[in-house]
Amino acid sequence: MSGFLLRRLGGALFVLLALSVVVYAAFYVAPGDVAQIACGPRCSPAQVAQVSEQLHLGDPVYVQYAHFLQALVTGHDYSTGTGVVHCQAPCLGLSYQSGQQVTQLIVAKLPATASLAVGAFVLWMVLGVGTGVLSVWRRGRVTERILTGITLAGMATPVFVIGLLLIIICVTALRILPFPDYVPFTEDPEQWAWNLLLPWISLALISAAPYARMTRASMLETLAEDHVRTFRAYGVGERTIVGRHALRGALAPVIALGALDVGSMFGGAVLTESLFGIPGVGRELVEAVKQVDLPVVVGLVLVTGFFVVLANAVADILQAMADRRVVLS
Amino acid sequence: MAEALLVEEMGAVRAPTSGAHPFWRRLRARRSALVAAAVVALLVLLALAAPLLTGIEGQNPTAYHPDLVDSATGGVPLGSFGGISAEHWLGVEPLTGRDLFARVAYGARVSLGVALGATLLQVAVGVVVGLSAGLGNRFVDQALSRVTDVVVALPVMVTALGALAVVPAGFPRPVLIAVIVGLVGWSGISKIVRAQTLSLKSRDHVAAARLSGWGSWQIARRELLPALAAPVITYAVLLFPANIVVEAALSFLGVGIKPPTPSWGQMLSDADTWYQAAPTYLLIPALLLFVTVLALTVLGEGVRTALDPRAASRLRIGTGRKKEAGA
Amino acid sequence: MSLVEVTDLSISFGDVHAVRGLSFSLEAGGALGVVGESGSGKSASAYALLGLHRGTGAKVGGSVRVAGVDVQAAGDAELRGLRGAKAAMVFQDPLSSLDPYYAVGDQIAQVYRVHHRVSRRAARARAVEVLDRVGIPEAVRRSRSRPHEFSGGMRQRALIAMALACEPELLIADEPTTALDVTVQAQILDLLHDLRRETGMGLLLVTHDVGVAAESVDDVLVMRSGLAVERGPVAEVLGTPREPYTKALLAAVPRIAPAARAAVGADPVAPAGRAAEPERTGAEAEVLVEAADVRQVFGRGKSALAAVDGVSLTVRRGETLGIVGESGSGKTTLGRMLVGLLEPTSGRIGRAARVQMVFQDPVSSLNPRRSVGESVADPLRARGERDESAIRARVRDLLRRVGLDPEQYDRYPHEFSGGQRQRVGIARALAAEPELIVCDEAVSALDVTTQAQVTALLAELQQELGLALVFIAHDLAVVRQVSDRVAVMRRGRIVEEGPVERVYGDPADPYTKQLLAAVPALDPALAAVRRAARKELAAA
Repeated sequence: MSGFLLRRLGGALFVLLALSVVVYAAFYVAPGDVAQIACGPRCSPAQVAQVSEQLHLGDPVYVQYAHFLQALVTGHDYSTGTGVVHCQAPCLGLSYQSGQQVTQLIVAKLPATASLAVGAFVLWMVLGVGTGVLSVWRRGRVTERILTGITLAGMATPVFVIGLLLIIICVTALRILPFPDYVPFTEDPEQWAWNLLLPWISLALISAAPYARMTRASMLETLAEDHVRTFRAYGVGERTIVGRHALRGALAPVIALGALDVGSMFGGAVLTESLFGIPGVGRELVEAVKQVDLPVVVGLVLVTGFFVVLANAVADILQAMADRRVVLS
Repeated sequence: MAEALLVEEMGAVRAPTSGAHPFWRRLRARRSALVAAAVVALLVLLALAAPLLTGIEGQNPTAYHPDLVDSATGGVPLGSFGGISAEHWLGVEPLTGRDLFARVAYGARVSLGVALGATLLQVAVGVVVGLSAGLGNRFVDQALSRVTDVVVALPVMVTALGALAVVPAGFPRPVLIAVIVGLVGWSGISKIVRAQTLSLKSRDHVAAARLSGWGSWQIARRELLPALAAPVITYAVLLFPANIVVEAALSFLGVGIKPPTPSWGQMLSDADTWYQAAPTYLLIPALLLFVTVLALTVLGEGVRTALDPRAASRLRIGTGRKKEAGA
Repeated sequence: MSLVEVTDLSISFGDVHAVRGLSFSLEAGGALGVVGESGSGKSASAYALLGLHRGTGAKVGGSVRVAGVDVQAAGDAELRGLRGAKAAMVFQDPLSSLDPYYAVGDQIAQVYRVHHRVSRRAARARAVEVLDRVGIPEAVRRSRSRPHEFSGGMRQRALIAMALACEPELLIADEPTTALDVTVQAQILDLLHDLRRETGMGLLLVTHDVGVAAESVDDVLVMRSGLAVERGPVAEVLGTPREPYTKALLAAVPRIAPAARAAVGADPVAPAGRAAEPERTGAEAEVLVEAADVRQVFGRGKSALAAVDGVSLTVRRGETLGIVGESGSGKTTLGRMLVGLLEPTSGRIGRAARVQMVFQDPVSSLNPRRSVGESVADPLRARGERDESAIRARVRDLLRRVGLDPEQYDRYPHEFSGGQRQRVGIARALAAEPELIVCDEAVSALDVTTQAQVTALLAELQQELGLALVFIAHDLAVVRQVSDRVAVMRRGRIVEEGPVERVYGDPADPYTKQLLAAVPALDPALAAVRRAARKELAAA
């Protein structure tokens, strides 16, 4: 088991490194005057030259990358012309729009993103798995057809469509909810939850659909297996067979998918955050892209990638633990 | 259980299938799939015949009609339901007064076209990578698996957002978006193709072909590719609506299709601020997007079960994954 | 009243009639074997005893009474009360028949609690008790293991323990040993035998293997195409069969002892008197394939496993070398190395001849998307033959030669039966004009009558074309029937090699002895003697 863990984490580390190379290459070696782009359209030639030096754009590509990595591991001192700014490891550089350190910027955005991800996750797991189990329990009846229809509709609805509809219904028409305005948990837990309710529901409604489908499909698959026949032949009731044996058999892939999705949520639920104005990682990314703030974009893509890779590793490990039949090698 | 028992008991004396290809028979037997196919056909027709239809209507997607919006309220369309009339079948856009039907019809071209291009690219790259990984030696397989891992770690939305920032503005946006979505979204296909190739490779008929003296390429062409068609088509049909959503999402965020060109997502993005004053402006593209994706998903379901009724529950694939990546 | 009373039972799946008007009964404590080939309806009948067809869409007619319960008329609750408590079932594949996610002891306890209102602890204790009874060592500890941590034989024991938990009056065993190696099969059959004597429960044993039935039951019922063919005491039916089908079935069963062959009269199928032509296998015949100390290692590092571990052998023109071994012995890996589908990790294989292979699985050995004619034409096309009419003519010849209708050129594999597909596979191998054919379990998936026909075809072709054969199988009797020389494999090594008569008649290696002692005998009296011999061997 520990060997498996080590190998899996080693693989994750490799992927992250490769990811940084790809991202670095794509953004810093792309055609066009990177210094000018990074600095912004209004920069004077002198400022551009300064940026160029800070980014080591005169050096060969691999040296640039080495500097980038070095800053990531040991930190880096940036001269701003008038003084020196120390950027602590892991240093992802400075934003050329705000002058802020990218690492600090991202860290500041994480709580909002995490709030959204965790709440929505709990909601969609309950909703998705519940719907799946119910449609298997009532299989062959009207309930199953209705649930399957709702699930398909859920899969077909983009989150911004359902979010807009919910805003129109709950905020504009019924006036039962305020327009979401993020309040940190540490400030006021009640307002935090109240304001996140709409985003959670929107995200959960569309995210639950694949879980319902997967739960249903794997449970049906398990129900077709031989061991279910054994328990039927020994007089075990249908409720126990569905609730105990079929659900247990279906759990591994559902848990793994859950870990993956939480991972990509932590990387920023771009659409939901933009729609509801939640100051999280995803919205920051959209802003950074719109302002062509390259260091921030690079940093965000790397952090996002980090969470996805982490989620992949966690999902594999969870799946291996949930399904002991998987040979750990 | 009955089925397993039947196979076991009946051995090889099962009645051979004959007549029309069972795929079409099974697909036709699903009413939901037929309805969905009709809806998709209508939408494709709308996209293809956009110039003709707007010609009949007498409008075009870019002409401004300032006289049709109320400048006093900041540009809300005059008339009921967003200014629906005989001249403007779906009303006009707030602020500009551009014809909504024309924008929706031309937007269908962009939305469907980008998704189609992206899907084709995903299939092409995915099949090549998956087949190479499945047929290659340990080293090739490992290397390609790592590459796939890296691509998976680059969520479509994030990469597209970033890449759009560096590509020159003059490059045609629809093509660019199709390429970006296509180049980062192939991992699902490649994983399926690799797994299928590995399982097929161990079949005895492939070993027999090797003993017959065929080379690797001929074996891939004769024994593997035909067997891969079903899972690849199945997955591609489900990728297509997912790609429509990705394009719409990019445009919604303002980093996809740029304003003079209409696309459904871009219309939604503009409508975001008008949902109180001109709800039809929001509802029309939202509804179209919903209907299109739903119809394609239902059709994909139908194709999947028709291609392989037994594998339908085994292949756990869905359009959900892609959408969540950027949700 | 009888324990089981089946009257005019009929079962149909859609328009397929699996069982038609079957009637039989079984007295309390009796043992009935239901024997038949695939498609005979034997398993479907067994399932009907527990009402397992309910809710599956199968149509069941007639009446079934088991332990006083009218299965057809019983309500769901009453039926659940019958299942497991009064009549318990043991299935073919013990791995897939247990839930992989729960400990074996918990699964048995769960079943026990369905029928008895006891605490979790008490049910667990009962599970350990029955596990201990079926011979699982360290039952307390092992009851906490999950099915995949058990070996195949141990899993089947665990399943039998589950059946014993509620002390049923009837045990239904559906092909309980088919998925097991022959030595393990013998252990399980011995266990069933002992349990029956000890508990006095009735046994209904469904099997395709006449030998298994001969070992275990008092009465036997032969089924074919959903109909009962013959029923009677096992010694009578197997010794002096009345019906032509029973006679044909028995004649097709390969024998391990040459004496037994004479007992059932002239064997129409087996290439009789192999030993009578020793000149064909002369040591001076040309060597076609030679393996020198070959090894095949799968995996690396700690998980490395030597599937074949230092094997040397030669195959000469015109001879048949049988390779026999249980699952995991490395025989298939060796076969694949001999034809060149696998490169040995170390050692050398010299091939001085064209080599082809006939595969085990008649389903996966033909591409389902190509017509059988095209599959057979493969070696011709690969060789560069372009003349379509020449290819077609040659393929038609080959199809005719293996006993198929040449008009079936354009048919697809799913339209053929298992035996016919194996014939197509043989035709494809012949198309390459080989001098040696390696048959990897080529007849294992077939019913005995089909098996006999295919082995006869191979022998015929061998004589006609002067082919050498390497015949790989787990079935000792089949190997004996076709081979000149035989090699016994165990854990990647050849433990014994020599002329068939010598190896089977006077085995030198203890493992060979154990294997031979485990083969079920067709004669119930002989079976009892062998059972005693096995006990002795095990004690030794």
